[in-house]
Amino acid sequence: MEIEYGFAVLGGNFLERRNDMSIIKAKELAFEYIRRDEQGNVESINRAIDGVDISVEPGDFVAILGHNGSGKSTLAKHMNAILMPTEGTVWVDGMDIKEEKNLWDIRQTSGMVFQNPDNQIIGNIVEEDVGFGPENLGIPTDEIWERVEESLKAVGMYEYREHSPNKLSGGQKQRVAIAGIMAMKPKCIVLDEPTAMLDPNGRKEVIKTVRKLNEKENITVLLITHYMEEVIHADKVIVMDKGKIVMQGTPKQIFSQVETLKKYRLDVPQVTLLAYELRKQGLAISEGILTIDELVNDLMSLKR
Amino acid sequence: MIRDITIGQYYPADSVIHRLDPRVKLTATLVYIISLFTFKSMTGYLIAGLFLFTVIKVSKVPFSYIVKGLKAIVILMLITVVFNLFLTPGEPLVTFWIFSISMEGIRTAVFLAIRLIFLIIGASLMTFTTTPNHLTDGLERIMNPLKKIHFPVHEIAMMMSIALRFIPILLEETDKIMKAQMARGADFENGGLIKKAKNLIPLLVPLFISAFRRANDLAMAMEARCYRGGEGRTKMKPLSYKKRDWIGFGTMVVYLAILFVVTRYLPF
Repeated sequence: MEIEYGFAVLGGNFLERRNDMSIIKAKELAFEYIRRDEQGNVESINRAIDGVDISVEPGDFVAILGHNGSGKSTLAKHMNAILMPTEGTVWVDGMDIKEEKNLWDIRQTSGMVFQNPDNQIIGNIVEEDVGFGPENLGIPTDEIWERVEESLKAVGMYEYREHSPNKLSGGQKQRVAIAGIMAMKPKCIVLDEPTAMLDPNGRKEVIKTVRKLNEKENITVLLITHYMEEVIHADKVIVMDKGKIVMQGTPKQIFSQVETLKKYRLDVPQVTLLAYELRKQGLAISEGILTIDELVNDLMSLKR
Repeated sequence: MIRDITIGQYYPADSVIHRLDPRVKLTATLVYIISLFTFKSMTGYLIAGLFLFTVIKVSKVPFSYIVKGLKAIVILMLITVVFNLFLTPGEPLVTFWIFSISMEGIRTAVFLAIRLIFLIIGASLMTFTTTPNHLTDGLERIMNPLKKIHFPVHEIAMMMSIALRFIPILLEETDKIMKAQMARGADFENGGLIKKAKNLIPLLVPLFISAFRRANDLAMAMEARCYRGGEGRTKMKPLSYKKRDWIGFGTMVVYLAILFVVTRYLPF
């Protein structure tokens, strides 16, 4: 009995420590793009990110917002050890990205989806592309097939498994790219502006898929974007400007500060803007309205 | 129009030919092409044509799709035919100015055209029925012994597969850039050869820049998905010979035997 009790305590402690550990943690992270002239002399230094601290808990949906050149993509490329920090470091699931030996474990733990769907699909057939990641990891053939099937079903592209990626729409290609990452069984997916090159329908498709993965498969999601509509369902929003984190909080907290957002050249969703303007005119509407339904409810209660 | 080029494009269908091991198809294509140059008689062409026709039927690739692929080589074929027509020595049939056409000339020109058509169809049939990944897998396995002399077999196979994947994308892009430059008054059609070549610069420069950018992106995406060369890599579709593959090899042997016997004993 005592022994069992002891084990339980140990297990509890262990779990607690795991829970305490962030899946992604950045500390005083800085990165400099150094431009050199033909002789190799330093011409200019561009500090793309500057002293960023982030911690992302497992299962979270975190959105990083920022205008062009705010350093959000540079930050994303550190989560996958594609870029190496100039100062500070990032830990992915407890692994320091600066340590060479962790490289492939990190890339497997946090998968990365890029902006251009055409430039990240390697296979000539959908299923072969999804199998590319597991092949690199040295997974046995039977399991590759299981994983490919599973991840294609998870993104709703299973019927297209034998199609050529060239014949798919942008949104579908991006879902295939996500499936390719899912097949590597990551704990976390980093999406670097996955919808920037898509039409509105494709954008919705991709965001819906990402949300589903976050909710059903409990994958941690780090979504980098400059479309405000995509972040209203996030657990946490981080706003970046000139390489620094300038705002952090829930979507409600962030979007209630319309003026500050405008300062960082970010547009709030239309409903939020309308609610904000109405509020400014003296109507009793709550702060940080994110959806049409919320605004409708508030307006209806005004009438009463 | 530029997208009509179908050489190297996989045509998805469910047929025995599609399921064959790529090594069988590679060897068979090579053997077939060589066999095309081993005979001179009409019956030889008949057998080679019949064989090709049967394979096309079995492969379920529509004939129109194959013909579309031939369009791309019409010019090349015309040049070859014209040269052979005029430059083959023999009894002149028709003479005008310094040119003369002989019976032998007509014969060689026609046969060469048929040979070329068979060759192109035979080779493109392989790419129609084999996914490029499968094809490069096959090449990789066939060339595997070369690894002993430090020949980068895996790298070359990977490069080929990526090149094939990007052909349609770059074609589409060429089309786009062409239209964009034409909208700004670029002229790709008029002028002499040198002027035409010069006019291509505003097409080629953006195309190259975009290709480099794509290459950079792709390399990053591959690294992000843990690609680290051929070492320790497993295969999603590993190659192993099945019964149908041995039948495939057998068919090739039978074809060669028939060709040999017939062209030997029916030399016309």
